[in-house]
Amino acid sequence: MYDMKALYQAKTVADAVSLRLAHPDAHIIAGGSDVLVQMREGKRAGVELISIYGLDELRGVKLETDGTIRIGSLTSFSHITHDPIIQAHINVLGEAVDQVGGPQIRNIGTIGGNTCNGVTSADSASTLHALDAIVELTGANGVRHCPIHEFYIKAGKVDIREGEIQTAILIPKESYENTFGHYIKYAMRNAMDIATLGTSVNVRLSADKKTVERARIAFGVAGPVPLRAKTAEVLAAGKAVSMELAEDFACAVKEDINPRDSWRAAKDFRMHIAVESAKRAFVESVRLAGGEL
Amino acid sequence: MEKHITQYQTVRFTLNGREVERTVDVRASLTDMLRNDYRMTSVKKGCEVGECGACTVIIDGEAFNSCIYLAVWAEGKHITTLEGLLGPNGELSDIQQAFVEEAAIQCGFCTPGFILTAWEILESGREYADDELRKLLSGHLCRCTGYENILRAVKKTMYRRLGKELPR
Amino acid sequence: MSKSVGKSVIRVDAYEKATGRAKYMDDLCDKGALVAKICHSTIAHGYVTAVDTAEAETIPGVVKILTCFDVPNIPFPTAGHPWSTDPGHQDVADRLLLNRHVRYWGDDVAVVIAENEVAAAQAVRALKVEYEELPFVLDVQKAMEEGAPLIHEEYPGNILKHTDIRRGDYETARKEPGLICVEGWYDTPTVQHCHIENHGCFAYEEAGRIVVVSSTQIPHIIRRVVGQALGIPWGKVRVIKPYIGGGFGNKQDALYEPLCAWCTTQVGGRLVKLECSREETFVSNRVRHAIRTHIISYVRPDGTLVARKFEAFSNQGAYASHGHGVVAKGMGAFPQLYPCDNLECDCWSVFTNRPAAGAMRGYGIPQAMFAGEAHIDDICKAIGMEPLEFRRRNLMPVGYKDAFSKNELYYDSFNQCMDRGMELLDYARKRKEYQNQTGSVRRGVGLAVFWYNTAVWPISLESSSCRMVLNQDGSLQFQTGETEIGQGCDTAYSQMVADAVGIPLKDVHVVSTQDTDITPFGLGAYASRQTYVGSFAIVQTAQALRERILNIAHEQTRMPVSNLDLVDGQIIRKSDGRVLKSLGELATESLYSLESSQHITAETTAQIKTNAYSFGCSLAEVEVDIPMCKVKLLNLVNVHDCGRLINPALAEAQVHGGMSMGIGFGLSEELKFDEKTGKPLNNNLLDYKLSTFMDHPALQAAFAENPEPTAPFGTKSLGEPPACSPAPAIRNAILQATGVAVDSCPITPHVLYRAFKEAGLITD
Repeated sequence: MYDMKALYQAKTVADAVSLRLAHPDAHIIAGGSDVLVQMREGKRAGVELISIYGLDELRGVKLETDGTIRIGSLTSFSHITHDPIIQAHINVLGEAVDQVGGPQIRNIGTIGGNTCNGVTSADSASTLHALDAIVELTGANGVRHCPIHEFYIKAGKVDIREGEIQTAILIPKESYENTFGHYIKYAMRNAMDIATLGTSVNVRLSADKKTVERARIAFGVAGPVPLRAKTAEVLAAGKAVSMELAEDFACAVKEDINPRDSWRAAKDFRMHIAVESAKRAFVESVRLAGGEL
Repeated sequence: MEKHITQYQTVRFTLNGREVERTVDVRASLTDMLRNDYRMTSVKKGCEVGECGACTVIIDGEAFNSCIYLAVWAEGKHITTLEGLLGPNGELSDIQQAFVEEAAIQCGFCTPGFILTAWEILESGREYADDELRKLLSGHLCRCTGYENILRAVKKTMYRRLGKELPR
Repeated sequence: MSKSVGKSVIRVDAYEKATGRAKYMDDLCDKGALVAKICHSTIAHGYVTAVDTAEAETIPGVVKILTCFDVPNIPFPTAGHPWSTDPGHQDVADRLLLNRHVRYWGDDVAVVIAENEVAAAQAVRALKVEYEELPFVLDVQKAMEEGAPLIHEEYPGNILKHTDIRRGDYETARKEPGLICVEGWYDTPTVQHCHIENHGCFAYEEAGRIVVVSSTQIPHIIRRVVGQALGIPWGKVRVIKPYIGGGFGNKQDALYEPLCAWCTTQVGGRLVKLECSREETFVSNRVRHAIRTHIISYVRPDGTLVARKFEAFSNQGAYASHGHGVVAKGMGAFPQLYPCDNLECDCWSVFTNRPAAGAMRGYGIPQAMFAGEAHIDDICKAIGMEPLEFRRRNLMPVGYKDAFSKNELYYDSFNQCMDRGMELLDYARKRKEYQNQTGSVRRGVGLAVFWYNTAVWPISLESSSCRMVLNQDGSLQFQTGETEIGQGCDTAYSQMVADAVGIPLKDVHVVSTQDTDITPFGLGAYASRQTYVGSFAIVQTAQALRERILNIAHEQTRMPVSNLDLVDGQIIRKSDGRVLKSLGELATESLYSLESSQHITAETTAQIKTNAYSFGCSLAEVEVDIPMCKVKLLNLVNVHDCGRLINPALAEAQVHGGMSMGIGFGLSEELKFDEKTGKPLNNNLLDYKLSTFMDHPALQAAFAENPEPTAPFGTKSLGEPPACSPAPAIRNAILQATGVAVDSCPITPHVLYRAFKEAGLITD
């Protein structure tokens, strides 16, 4: 039995919005794999909940006419991984969320919940940052679009305003077209773990596969919120594909990341792993893109 | 202290193939409802925060940790617990029989959850490599078996269902 | 000869567990039970000066709040040891039901009894506890320093106990010219048992007595401890043990049974349930002792051990629990495993402000083997000898006899086990292949042996009782106080009973539940004792039952007893092998006889005054990704000489489980504490890294089956041994792969990062 003050179950998105306005202190629950755990811990004990679990309209992946990939916020991790659109265009995201917790968690956990928590270790977050994802929020005044890096305000806090719920994650065509990516989750065990560090890289190579046209890299747990390592991205752009470039690219991430010391891992250790992971993720992305190193 | 006004809701769903309904406190987890209201005591509580897998049940064909699932979300769903795998005369299903034969059971506390996840895997009708099976089963913790015989039981059943010889 | 022992029969409880019908503690508790929740201390050391219950009392559903100011002032011991009538050998009685002097973060301050779990949890949060804080100490050696916070007034220097072993003259011997000195400090972590069913119990009063149903390994001991803690006659307490979801030593202690029993007496005998959450299980139950070991060896270049020093500092945590027995057992292995003429060994059990350490699978041996077997490979590195050769040369020789336990190594067990293990792992070839590697990903193989002995004699009592009750159909119920906790002893017992009595296995009905009102006295599941100790009682009781049966057969058939036998459930005339009648016919006739009706039963107690070594080894193969600071365990092999196997399939399964625990101990598990507050940091199954399905390689278990001469059926311990040697084998494999000798476990990426940096294998 959860220590819950009241439960409001939304039947439609509009209903969820009015419940949000009527109960401003209530917490939104999507799948529950975080909210219910924190309730059990006592952190969220006694709160009111607005459940959006029943909003099936927010489940599923669609390819829109302009090429934008639209992922409904309540799409579970396992459904993202198995979705043919994801597999065809942004497999890196499917692979990333396939490393969340364990299979049962991936069946209940949603991409909306994963991003709305505002935690830096979320396995979807670094890839969504590296893909310049757009967060769609629906409120009383309609839909608002927010770039993912602006969505994360600080640790545990995201830009969801009064009366809003997150309704989708959008991946613009420009982000994934001719682009190949790889995610490395660094954790203390191979399942049921949170990331000590998450590294997501994607690259676009020139037609002859000899030059990096664009490289993007984002990290989770390298700072209070997921972040991009722009120095490395700038360094790689326009350069010839080589192992040396991979090394330089990896080294450059140190300019932008700022992992902290915690009992879970020391700062210098995380730095070391970030560099090594950046290199490996870059190499693998280039390989997937058809490049030779 | 402010008095809590208990909110109740009638939940109708299919439990092990049978349509059921019960009015429950909305604060109940699915584990609470299955154990307390339906006496499905195969649903075990090992952590109550989704970290051990002992409370796993199948909802609409997929495995979920019932401890972090609100009872009211069961509305309209098809839910299977381990009790549902048993034949009308107490016959074990193939995967239960394999757990018995392969000595995959020790204390028995993680067993119901494991068997249900295994059932979901087997229902896919696909053939998986060992590494894939390990990943598909990795949402359950077991402290007795080192997972070795559990893997053997799932593999054995998978090959049997596929009509193939178990590789040595 | 035997029909059942030695066969891989299906577990007797397999069907119940495969169907989820097996009933565990919470499955048996009425849903109307009151719920008790404990308020734990949020400081590591100090005194509770006040508990303000006012706000908590107003929460609807709260029935009663009891605090450390309410409990009887009766100190009691908790260790799951046999009681001793000699006060000098009794366990330390340092516990109260709730504590004003709180000694670790998570100590028990108050308890709320409420109508439901939500109200109980709310009330626990609403309690306002005031403390007078005292300085605290977490490190074992700092706790021994002068001026360290004193945790128990009766134990100056926080030393619960110190013992030593002296042999020869260490100081003189080490001066021999030309010796190579190898010295190391080895640390093992605080780990927790992590049985998947948390401890819990429920209690109520019935006919003026207290009934406690508990997830425990030791129901008869729990009855005694509840009686002691509440200051009531032991016969006023009835303890029932249903199926339990694992124990591994944590439930070989009185955990919350005394408190729960007391709670029911405070609410008029109503049913009260007390279930530990996973978070509480990590902190407020028991943990394995973290032990720091210092070893110095003086060795001749040819590998002869000339003089050795051993010091072990065992982190006891806040309460004595199993106390000094754990590190003392580890130290006891040291002079025996690699005999050496000149020894100085000392060990200390030291109180600190950490959770209380108790029994855990291996009882001091996993710690001692990590240190000892890591040190052997360190010696080998120093003198340039192959670890296998060193072990062959120095391990306990065949025929070795221990003067205290009278244990003897009857067979060449170590070499047999190592040979079999090498064959399975292809050790020799790989050892050679993996020498002098370069590159960032390297492989290695490693070896470690272990020493273990069965049961607790002659340190403590070894006794087992059992009862056999014959039914009209010739089947029987079998009961013993030794408990099924998942390890499979009910099945092994059934096999032994079938053979010892002379009936088919299907006719043995083992009563899995222990109920101290009904079950003959027994001490429970611990010390890998059940198959060994239980077999004595089974054989003795079967003998008594057979005598009764054959005497009745004589009356019924007029054949002399000397010409009768009971074979496979049939009364046989020995001279011609004719079946005279079935055991069922005999039993029915006997029970309903109008002349001399007899219910055929037997019950005896066997005291066991022998003990048995149980040895073996682990071999590991690893792949180390140096830049990523990660170890991938590719292969792990355990080989055991545990005597004759009663049930090979269950034995193999039990070895897998022990190996798994050894993997966690070696690579990932550690309960961590905040140095500033003493608060545990990772007391949940997400942050405490049990190795998952994906972290395990295929496990291989094998046996060298040498029948143990002291035991009926030739068996000896297997429960704990598999957990004793995997961690040092993994450590030694990492040493071969990288040349880096890690001196602590778990060998996590954090540890490897520092070690590789120091060794110059990685640079930032």
